[in-house]
Amino acid sequence: MKRVGLMAALLAATMLCGAASAKTLVYCSEGSPEGFDPALYTAGTTFDASSKPVYNRLAEFKRGTTEVIPGLAEKWDVSEDGLTYTFHLRKGVKFQTTDFFKPTRDLDADDVVFTFERMLDKKSPWYNYAGGQWEYFDAMSMPSLIKSVEKVDDLTVKFTLTHPEAPFIANMAMDFASIMSKEYADKLAKDGHKEMLNQEPLGTGPFEFVGYQKDAVIRYKANPDYWGGKQAIDDLVFAITPDAGVRYQKLQAGECQIMAYPAPADVAAMEKNDKLTVMQQAGLNVAYMSYNTTQKPFDNVKVRKALNMAVNKKAIIDAVYQGSGQAAINPIPPTMWGYNKDVKDDPYDPEAAKKMLEEAGVKDLHMKIWAMPVQRPYMPNARRTAELIQSDFAKIGVKADIISYEWGEYLKRAGEKDHDGAIILGWTGDNGDPDNFMATLLGCDGVGTSNNTAEFCYKPYEDLIQKAKRVSDQAARAKLYEQAEVMFKEQAPWLTIAHSTVFMPMLKSVKNYKMDPLGSHRFDGVDIAD
Amino acid sequence: MLRFILVKIGLLIPTFIGVAVAAFGFVRLLPGDPVLLLAGEHGISPERHAELMHQYGFDQPIWLQFLEFLWHLLHGDLGVSIATKRPVIGEFMTLFPATLELSICAIIFAIALGIPAGILAATKRGSWVDQGVMGTALVGYSMPIFWWGLLLIILFSGILHWTPVSGRISLMYFFPHVTGFMLIDSLLSGQKGAFSSAVSHLILPTIVLGTIPLAVIARQTRSAMLEVLGEDYVRTARAKGLSPARVVAVHALRNALIPVVTTIGLQVGVLMAGAILTETIFSWPGVGKWMVDSIFRRDYPAVQGGLLLIAVIVMFVNLIVDLLYGLVNPRVRHGR
Repeated sequence: MKRVGLMAALLAATMLCGAASAKTLVYCSEGSPEGFDPALYTAGTTFDASSKPVYNRLAEFKRGTTEVIPGLAEKWDVSEDGLTYTFHLRKGVKFQTTDFFKPTRDLDADDVVFTFERMLDKKSPWYNYAGGQWEYFDAMSMPSLIKSVEKVDDLTVKFTLTHPEAPFIANMAMDFASIMSKEYADKLAKDGHKEMLNQEPLGTGPFEFVGYQKDAVIRYKANPDYWGGKQAIDDLVFAITPDAGVRYQKLQAGECQIMAYPAPADVAAMEKNDKLTVMQQAGLNVAYMSYNTTQKPFDNVKVRKALNMAVNKKAIIDAVYQGSGQAAINPIPPTMWGYNKDVKDDPYDPEAAKKMLEEAGVKDLHMKIWAMPVQRPYMPNARRTAELIQSDFAKIGVKADIISYEWGEYLKRAGEKDHDGAIILGWTGDNGDPDNFMATLLGCDGVGTSNNTAEFCYKPYEDLIQKAKRVSDQAARAKLYEQAEVMFKEQAPWLTIAHSTVFMPMLKSVKNYKMDPLGSHRFDGVDIAD
Repeated sequence: MLRFILVKIGLLIPTFIGVAVAAFGFVRLLPGDPVLLLAGEHGISPERHAELMHQYGFDQPIWLQFLEFLWHLLHGDLGVSIATKRPVIGEFMTLFPATLELSICAIIFAIALGIPAGILAATKRGSWVDQGVMGTALVGYSMPIFWWGLLLIILFSGILHWTPVSGRISLMYFFPHVTGFMLIDSLLSGQKGAFSSAVSHLILPTIVLGTIPLAVIARQTRSAMLEVLGEDYVRTARAKGLSPARVVAVHALRNALIPVVTTIGLQVGVLMAGAILTETIFSWPGVGKWMVDSIFRRDYPAVQGGLLLIAVIVMFVNLIVDLLYGLVNPRVRHGR
């Protein structure tokens, strides 16, 4: 049986059409999208296939950074009190013309109002079209933050907030804020096929949707009318390949040119392969072990510090992450703005730790360590991590029992304020804003929820992060977070464990791919060498 | 014969009810609930949690949920998947042809190789051929599917470049899926090379999924043949001066096939279980992988609906096997 190589296939297709060479980028993705309306879901795999190629947002993340830049809004004004955001839309932005819909007008304020109203207004006919669950919008507390969305004129939209919230702009660049076409939605509603909005997406983005064969292939082609200019590649194909080993085989066989999530064990071989480039970056995540700071003896800073000093973090990185992680010092990863490079980690020093515990008057400490039952992007093996910490603690005379629950139950119990012991958990960032880690996970509002499992509510720290919510200048906010990180390290509510490393292997012919610190896979701006 | 068929079909009804209870109960016995898992690290407020549980109807007493499930089931409605927010029956029907196509190829492969191998081993009993065939069957039977699949990919796709790595057809072919069966659709599309591409994509998954049934069928055929070959009538046939080939192929095989047909019927369940792993390795868009994902997400409607449909299919295949069995073996048909 002769293998039909991709390049040969492309060549044949080109010869048949007699057209100039069409550039096709095939991406071996790790899973299937749940649907194509990004506002209904929370999974990165779904966003990679929906919001990233097909849609745009008012604000966008600059490719390869967490910096927020103008998107469909070319600029915005924020009122003095931080409560009103006025967005000025780009003129002449075209929605995609596809086989299933031909738009008759350009993007305007009605589209923006429609996009948000369907998630905000329970009376909107679109609120319940797929069960009324706007999970991410809810999780980011948008319904309580946004008081109203109004059209000022065709190209101006005004958002009124209930309280000042600087990260709001970053939230507008998140996937759930992808701008829909009201004209397309109206047509679907008229035809009685609202559900198609979740199956045949249509937006203003760099690629237009061509077709999806469930669990197998998704096809896009470059949007010729894209306001940012037509893409260098003509066709984009997602070959859904759930097994990491098989993705690697497909990459080697040329059946795809770029792949997501290699198995850590394969990375060394990939780096040696001269046909491949392997890019890497710290993931937008953190794994930690939180002490319940409201309970004895963990309410004592000295005890928390002593325990932190007892842990040999390098051993965890080596044994559990197997080189695909880096020790975490701050609660936010180093790829994020507001990261304080001057903060030093607690040294690994069991002797000093033992002494410190004695000074704190703690003897024969017997505690619990919670280990998650699942693998997460930030934590390959919580049980193994817990065992390593357990043996480190034993060396300073602390006895630890490892406990675990089913994942849903684990999160629920971790959210109870009086839970016992130290919890291994982590976080994957949503919008690249330090607030999303430092306020969500360590702010007073999170006490008694599974977000703030340290039950940490420390006034000087809280004042800083609250202030950072109200200031809109990014440089000023970064300073505030840097200070808060110093305070975090002094107070030690967590043992900061690691940020995982994300790898992206690709053929050498793939040009201009940039890894997204937010963890998504974007193919705008990517090219293939001839 | 009619009575036999009716009794067999009548027996399906209690089985179906039992399967419906099991499918409904199984996923609810798993710890955790879909709403908590959906929220993940973000967490969810108790109020919102209660609201969503109410929306899905998971806050009702379990017996009421079951009655509602049955009621909808009678109307052919299996509910809406929590993850994809689309009807379960639609999801299943989109994916099932892929699983069916692969399963049919795998069972044909297993029968086509398994029966001759079993006959060969039986007629050459004790020789190196027998030992070779049975040894290989044992290895095939014990092989972990995951490892076997990757091994074949690395050898045939990675090193020899004989077959594609995974998927159902080369990405250059793009045509509407009329039947959902790639072999048929590729022919209908009229695109040159599409059919051979579909065939080449089927080879490795067929081998991987068919290996265990192949081993089982070969062993069953061998032992059934050995038993039959020792019978008096076979000796008589030989004594009559019939050629050895005719004795084996006509006289012995027909009787030996009876237990083999049952074994083949039982392999359908094995195929469904094997499909989960095979589909994952070969990026094969079937129901096996979908079921596993749904279980991990505690997607109650998808799991109970999918389980029920798979169980019904297995039941029907077994029914057909029973009927065939009755056809080959009059003793079964007359209930004696």
